[in-house]
Amino acid sequence: MQRRVVITGLGAVTPLGNTVAETWEAVCAGRSGIGPITKFDTSAFATKIAGEIKHFDPLIFVNRKELRRLDDFIVYALAAAEMAAADAALVVGDKNAERLGVYIGSAIGGLATLEREKESLIRSGPGKVSPFVIPSVLANLGAGHVSIRLGAKGPINCSTTACASGTCAIGDAFRMIAWGYADAMIAGGVDAAVTPLSVAGFNAMRALSTRNEQPEKASRPFDSRRDGFVIGEGCGLLVLEEMSVARQRGARIYAEIIGYGLTSDAYHMVAPPPSHEGAARCMRLAIADAGIMPAEVDYINAHGTATSLNDRYETEAIKAVFQEHSRKLAISSTKSMLGHMLGAAGGIEAIMATKTICTGVIPPTINLDYPDPTCDLDYVPHQARKKEVQVAMSNTFGFGGVNGVLIFRKYTGEQ
Amino acid sequence: MELEGKVIELIIEQLNVTREQCVPEASFINDLGADSLDLMELIMEMEEQFGVSISDDELQNIRTVRNVIDFLRTSGAK
Repeated sequence: MQRRVVITGLGAVTPLGNTVAETWEAVCAGRSGIGPITKFDTSAFATKIAGEIKHFDPLIFVNRKELRRLDDFIVYALAAAEMAAADAALVVGDKNAERLGVYIGSAIGGLATLEREKESLIRSGPGKVSPFVIPSVLANLGAGHVSIRLGAKGPINCSTTACASGTCAIGDAFRMIAWGYADAMIAGGVDAAVTPLSVAGFNAMRALSTRNEQPEKASRPFDSRRDGFVIGEGCGLLVLEEMSVARQRGARIYAEIIGYGLTSDAYHMVAPPPSHEGAARCMRLAIADAGIMPAEVDYINAHGTATSLNDRYETEAIKAVFQEHSRKLAISSTKSMLGHMLGAAGGIEAIMATKTICTGVIPPTINLDYPDPTCDLDYVPHQARKKEVQVAMSNTFGFGGVNGVLIFRKYTGEQ
Repeated sequence: MELEGKVIELIIEQLNVTREQCVPEASFINDLGADSLDLMELIMEMEEQFGVSISDDELQNIRTVRNVIDFLRTSGAK
């Protein structure tokens, strides 16, 4: 028998704020978190902009010794997890430790550490490689360190499904609770991949915007002048709990998670198939999993990366799934403001969908100044919109042809 | 700075402990909160800074602050 799963805590570190509250306020105000890259010298790079974390004090969450041994992605995960657990007023003890799990996805783990230590290896030889390199690079160490910090002894995993990593972590965590393998899960995604190799690699694929002279206008989902995505970094985590456990301890419930879809395009390693057939199937599966009709969906937080193909094909897929209802849907891409946070995107966008349901405010798609005629749905351009949202969907599609879709619903307190 | 002072500075920096904690009898693992990986990195830093080489056998005998200072003295480090 499938149990019901609710969201009781949120935690995030993003290019628009080092808390969920700051990030949500900025997103609703339509502000951009994109600016010039400060982490490395971009003189030789085609793309010189990104959504970097700003004014973040890691020593709030880790001590100096820990800071030296942890890649940024692990620090962001610890920060978001501490904030999410505090937000949920989660108390972990002997009675529930083994029923609390951690699923934190990451597309690429400790890439910055890998790049730095490779240089050290070449410069100083193998004998000088730090013993902390491996634990700092492995992608599952975000989840690992969070489980240590919180004393969580339940199921632990790290989905590595590129841009869908965060979504898959949440979807899998949802299933673990629904099927009875856990009562609570910390779930979401993290990445800190604004590094020379990453930017150079994405540039070589012509995937990134090169609108360097106007960073805040560079991420333009669904706009006819879009020229690729803007890379971001950070972490977004939810606390998921079995509904009766949450109610019993008097937890504040943000929303319910009701559906999860996962499909493969089986088409091309990075490009979506025409009309993004795999994504359409995924949305349908999520809707069926949620036990709702397509017309019940009010809002979609789109994948909306601002690449030429995604935005056009995602629009076609939405139309194929929702038919006439697609004209009534509000759709927005918060990547227009946060950039594409890779593995963290699914986590932070689940938070966006949850906040939308709770607050009745739909975040905008900014920079939609010259709408693409092939993207002709309602993308909530420029300004946030006050609107009651009962059911929200979050789409994320990753390299390798992976599609992950989550569905959230307003929690009314009725059984 | 003489040898003992340099060693203590390094330990304070690497292990994030206080000068007061770095008494000669202080055990890295029991008193200074170091785990096995911390100890490995500390030894690597010492090899680098003092130009010495510590074999795995010799490493077995390094448990306290005094052990390190004694080893470095006998290796001729300054």
